[in-house]
Amino acid sequence: MNHRVVITGIGVVAPDSIGTKRYWELLAAGRPATRRITFFDPSPFRSQVAAECDFDPLREGLSPQQVRRMDRVTQLAVVSARECLDDSGLDREDLDPARTGVVIGSAVGCTMGLEEEYVVVSDGGRKWLVDESYAVPHLFNHYVPSSIAAELAWEVGAEGPVSTVSTGCTSGLDSVGHAVGLIREGSADVMVAGASDAPISPITMACFDAIKATTPRNDEPGRASRPFDRTRNGFVLGEGAAVFVLERLEHARRRGAHIYAEIGGFASRSNAYHMTGLRPDGREMAEAIDAALAQSRLSPSDLDYVNAHGSGTKQNDRHETAAFKRSLGDYAYRVPVSGIKSMIGHSLGAIGSLEIAACALAMEHGVIPPTANLHEPDPECDLDYVPLHARAQPVRAALTVGSGFGGFQSAMVLTRPEVSAA
Amino acid sequence: MTKLTVTELMEIMRECAGEGEGVAAAGDGLPDTTFELLGYDSLALLETAARIERDYGVRLDDDQVTESETPRELLSLVNGAVTEVA
Amino acid sequence: MTAATVVTGIGVMAPTGMDAGRHWAATVRGDAAIGPITRFDPEPYSSRLAGEIAGFEPGDHLPSRLLPQTDHMTRLALVAADEALADAGVEPSELPEYAVGVVTASTAGGFEFGHRELEKLWSKGPEHVSAYQSFAWFYAVNTGQISIRHGLRGPSGVLVTEQAGGLDSLAQARRQVRGGIPFMIGGGVDGSPCPWGWVAQQSTGRVSTEQEPDRAYRPFHAGATGHVPGEGGALFVLESADGARARGARTVYGEISGYAATFDPPPGTDRPPTLRRAAELALADAGVTAREVDVVFADAAGVPELDAIEADALRALFGPSGVPVTAPKTMTGRLGAGGAALDLATALLAIRHGVIPPTVNVPRPAPEYELDLVSAPRRARLSVALVLARGHGGFNAAMVVRGPR
Repeated sequence: MNHRVVITGIGVVAPDSIGTKRYWELLAAGRPATRRITFFDPSPFRSQVAAECDFDPLREGLSPQQVRRMDRVTQLAVVSARECLDDSGLDREDLDPARTGVVIGSAVGCTMGLEEEYVVVSDGGRKWLVDESYAVPHLFNHYVPSSIAAELAWEVGAEGPVSTVSTGCTSGLDSVGHAVGLIREGSADVMVAGASDAPISPITMACFDAIKATTPRNDEPGRASRPFDRTRNGFVLGEGAAVFVLERLEHARRRGAHIYAEIGGFASRSNAYHMTGLRPDGREMAEAIDAALAQSRLSPSDLDYVNAHGSGTKQNDRHETAAFKRSLGDYAYRVPVSGIKSMIGHSLGAIGSLEIAACALAMEHGVIPPTANLHEPDPECDLDYVPLHARAQPVRAALTVGSGFGGFQSAMVLTRPEVSAA
Repeated sequence: MTKLTVTELMEIMRECAGEGEGVAAAGDGLPDTTFELLGYDSLALLETAARIERDYGVRLDDDQVTESETPRELLSLVNGAVTEVA
Repeated sequence: MTAATVVTGIGVMAPTGMDAGRHWAATVRGDAAIGPITRFDPEPYSSRLAGEIAGFEPGDHLPSRLLPQTDHMTRLALVAADEALADAGVEPSELPEYAVGVVTASTAGGFEFGHRELEKLWSKGPEHVSAYQSFAWFYAVNTGQISIRHGLRGPSGVLVTEQAGGLDSLAQARRQVRGGIPFMIGGGVDGSPCPWGWVAQQSTGRVSTEQEPDRAYRPFHAGATGHVPGEGGALFVLESADGARARGARTVYGEISGYAATFDPPPGTDRPPTLRRAAELALADAGVTAREVDVVFADAAGVPELDAIEADALRALFGPSGVPVTAPKTMTGRLGAGGAALDLATALLAIRHGVIPPTVNVPRPAPEYELDLVSAPRRARLSVALVLARGHGGFNAAMVVRGPR
């Protein structure tokens, strides 16, 4: 079997950019969308900045019933899924439900809705024995984030394999990798796959405050996310979703679909080291990159672009730079590497899919998005991080990587389909 | 405000992060044994530091906390802050 | 490419027993472990019964350093993983670097841990929230902690499909073995024994409010009133049949020979539910016919409309009373992501011992279901078992296991 799998539709909801078109404009302009938190009063928190989406679910076409029962994470996912289906030109009527599936990645699921409901049933944290009479009927959907996948499946009309993948901050790569695997093995013809997270809530801010993972640079919100910069001091929390239509190459060609990119290879490894820490040598990420390249039958020098995890924490950016050198050798110094979390923050489980979208769009437009806010290079991070300004350059093959709490390390290679056809 | 002793510090660490696997073996040399050898990681230090900050009403510098390598270094950081408060 | 994937290690943490041997012994005896909740005061709640694991002392099994940073269900999972690896005779430190991966199923993560931290945040303020909250509650925690504890650096994963997850994670583990990873740990261990998790579970309206343990969870019974939640699950060591043979694995419990997952159409449509199709696809994947199936471990929702859907699927596949059907989860309650994994362990043990364990508290199923529901332990030569699982919202998974040949 081992069918070739391509992306034929993209849908995005990202900070300051609802829809794929606006998302690409933001990335190409190198414009940070980070700001002082507006969702709640951030003043009790160490880190008070985030990359928020100005997202009105009703304006984006959801019904009042959907808005009521769906957590924000699900709303973002459904709106993205609709866009990617429209973009793919697939007619829902033409989809065979039994051969269509859904995989959605999310690191923290319906955490916003859960916290809101918790505050109600516990009377503001006063009652350990929370009051069942105040529980909303859809509380269980917040409790188990498989509800996100279920809503998407209903939206798409999928009756094949459906699941939520939750591997922390690599969820958005792993969900697409999982969906590709399902098509390759023949379990589905079309998968709607991607990731969503909406974590900007007090409990998330508090838990990252406690481990000093998020930046305390509150005085310059637009310049708060600084991957690979010498002055970086933590990531900026974000939110968003990116969802794709994935199908077999022949399936796409037969219907004359526009093909953004082929998923050439995907691999994941674990560092088995620490729940939040990274071994400085980057060996497991390098191993994942090697495996993804091998699957794609590409060598490092075939890569035109590397989309970094680039979270802007001290340890991540060092770890990742080491991994690129370990895996790509001297070519690591020659390939453009950029970190778009400098603009859209770190949306945990969603970011991997948002970064896949960035790679596919970079291929589409022949433009490499920059690393914003990179003014003072860190001597320990000495690669070409495409600082500040986008670069016009053809992209035929791109690598994107992710790294997450729990030790997850993932890598995906995207190619123009004509490249791997050779 | 009274200063924190090594014994009190290790008791707080035990509550916040469990008994490090190297603690028993460290004996009298404990205050100068590295946290790594004692079996404590950066999370254990952060959890402990947060607890001390709350209980003693002090503010500790984040970087200095995670850069402390031994109980003695962490103690001097805490007790320096305690003195400032007093 | 489709070389056989076999189970060579089982770890069980269940209300019926804190290892596979004790779980099996209690299950065959029909020793139900459902009783009043003890981990918090259940008095204010409509539902007050659960399948709890009694007498679990985490400090007896795990290093002190792990305790402050782990939720209750993660501790259970770590102990189950220890048992599975020991049972398989696999010592990861003696294997190549990336030889072992782990994929677990989750439903709500470390919910009790999260409940405590939410309480601190909202009653005392953000500076009271633990540094461990950043991972102790999240859905990936069991996979991460198991991988760290045993140095497992192969590909890892986490799937969330509510109660279907136990099977879905094993299917993913099988994919990795087929793709060349020598060993995978798969399965699920779950549980949210806190008031906040309890209220969330009750919100489906499918948790029984019956107060008598013998009457609270009676799937396929005419008087079914919902289910009882429980805690626990099972983890497994999977490897290729060739690999197991080559290393002289102590025990081959059986082969994971077929699997499929489907999803139901939205409520209110006229399209049929898809559990039957999942079972058919799993049988086809295993290359067995319905006649070759010796026993079915049912999902056994305990909700009349869902029981009817499952009974219809079984009747369509096997004919009226055409196959022995059992639901030992009547002794443990439904264990979230752990439930189907525990059923798979029980199915493998049933094949090994040649006994179908009983469904308790349902002496006679409702006649219209036309089920051969096993209500007392039944000796039988068992070779092929079908395990069914459904997750809230429409998830269906079916897995076929076959005894060692």
